[in-house]
Amino acid sequence: MKQSKYQSTYDPKHVPDRWFAWQKQDGQSAETVSRPSLSYWKDAWRRLLKNKLAMAGLMFLILLCVLAIIGPMLTPYSVKETSLPNQFQPPSYEHWFGTDNLGRDVFTRTWYGARISLFVGIMAALIDFFIGVIYGGIAGYKGGRTDNIMMRIIEVLYGLPYLLVVILLLVVLGPSLLTIIIALSVTGWVGMARIVRGQVLQLKNNEFVLASRSFGAKTPRIIRKNLLPNTMGPIIVQMTLTVPSAIFAEAFLSFIGLGIQAPYASWGVMANDALGAILSGYWWTLFFPAFFISFTMFAFNVLGDGLQDALDPKLRK
Amino acid sequence: MLKYILKRLTIMGVTLWIIITLTFVLMVSVPGSPFNDQDRNTNDIVQENLERHYNLDKPYIIQYFLYLKSIITFDFGPSIKQSNHTVNDLLSRGFPISFELGMVSIVIAVISGVILGIFAALKHNGIIDYAAMTIAVLGISIPNFVLATLLIQKFAVDSNMLPTARWESVAHMILPIIALATGPMAIIARLTRSTMLEVLTQDYIKMARAKGLSPWKIIVKHALKNALMPVVTIMGTLLAGILTGTFVIEKIFAIPGMGRYFIESINHRDYPVIMGTTVFYSAFLICMLFLVDIAYGLLDPRIKIHKHDGDRP
Repeated sequence: MKQSKYQSTYDPKHVPDRWFAWQKQDGQSAETVSRPSLSYWKDAWRRLLKNKLAMAGLMFLILLCVLAIIGPMLTPYSVKETSLPNQFQPPSYEHWFGTDNLGRDVFTRTWYGARISLFVGIMAALIDFFIGVIYGGIAGYKGGRTDNIMMRIIEVLYGLPYLLVVILLLVVLGPSLLTIIIALSVTGWVGMARIVRGQVLQLKNNEFVLASRSFGAKTPRIIRKNLLPNTMGPIIVQMTLTVPSAIFAEAFLSFIGLGIQAPYASWGVMANDALGAILSGYWWTLFFPAFFISFTMFAFNVLGDGLQDALDPKLRK
Repeated sequence: MLKYILKRLTIMGVTLWIIITLTFVLMVSVPGSPFNDQDRNTNDIVQENLERHYNLDKPYIIQYFLYLKSIITFDFGPSIKQSNHTVNDLLSRGFPISFELGMVSIVIAVISGVILGIFAALKHNGIIDYAAMTIAVLGISIPNFVLATLLIQKFAVDSNMLPTARWESVAHMILPIIALATGPMAIIARLTRSTMLEVLTQDYIKMARAKGLSPWKIIVKHALKNALMPVVTIMGTLLAGILTGTFVIEKIFAIPGMGRYFIESINHRDYPVIMGTTVFYSAFLICMLFLVDIAYGLLDPRIKIHKHDGDRP
């Protein structure tokens, strides 16, 4: 057999002894871990830090939160206050983002809209989280008949056209912030429940769960301490992806007249108000709400993708 | 396979029944009678007659069965606000237009999305990949009503190339279809790309390459067939998205489709139209979901393994 010409150089048998040197060695230093141990979360965070796009998304969202809180305070105008002489002012020193068809300050209204969009998105994600984790956790852990029945219910709900149900509920309950959140949560938790159930189903037969049970742990403790922490990765990813879809749903509902009602502002309401104005060349009335809807959705989407890469061990190389 | 179809049919029936019952319960729980308008000024006798005419004086159970009967016989009754129209009129006038808009959009979205996804996967980490994925992320992030307004501004107002609104010729169709198809196209492109990347590393692709098949034959005959399965899976969700998308697109472009009537009926609180449209659209979507599921069962031989326990992981 023909040998590679590099073979001899790296053959352990031919490595000369002078390449080796004795290190100081005692019982203690041999046992110390030279690097700080990385927990799952620290490791995921380190991976996320490396993902530039996801970090940019995170930065944008933090900035958006800060501006949503302080933004309306930076101007002397209020959300509702109309001033007809100042109709359709282009962006200027007085009105940073211009004014809309009723002379309202677009800058103030944009940040007010950011509050509503973020609130709707985060509340929807949190409610989905609680219902989905409890439902999916029970279905996955109990298994058998319980799981079968619970999954049939989910399958039926999954077939319901989500936005149509939301529209129906809003028509009957009347549009308000609370009803939007309720309507979005009624069918929104189904996806989360499916994910949690699938994860729990995979995890519950692992040895560490068996060990926990053999030490006498009760079911709630096993779910809380053994199963849920291990499913947190997919849950968090699902939550970051729920937020933009809830924000989109709010904007959509406001746009068709079922969301936040005038004189209050949300991005969807502002975009709807701007529809006529844009044709007359008042681009700023649409540009700012549209820009922030799109960028918020973009930021949440890239952050969600980044988190998925960071949290999913299967995708690691 | 037959057992699978039967199971899906049962679930479909239950889902339909739930949405029908839900619409009924919601319709009944709306405070006040639909004829209690201040602006109509009906006196008590007229109102009683109206209620008798619409069977609103009967107990809820009877009303419920009458309602079920009206749905089975496909008669959704008259519109309350436009008394010379029935809901069926609105459906038969608006639905073909909405169907045309929606179907053309979804076909274009699937074709362009799959092509974009394949090119992105083949040139992984190349310029085409980044360009395609940038388009995809933008397409997912920009809501369709914003995109529609931008398109009108750019192509209809600024450069006068295409008409701003209405639904008359092919030129009228271009902008609404682009606005409607971009979102689903982006989702399909991303999905196709990620599954293509996964499939291309599989052993049977190496095998096909080792046999000396041409790259295009490998992609079209071997890789694409498997890469498209996830696209088939999300078709149901995409269809629902396209459908709700038609509501806003028809409103913006003043297209006389079902969606525009639906939005109008919401703004006028015209309950029979809202309920009739919801039931009709839900039934349509649920049937589509059913077809997608059957297609999935036919295309993917692996699904038969789960036939007995009925358990999809």
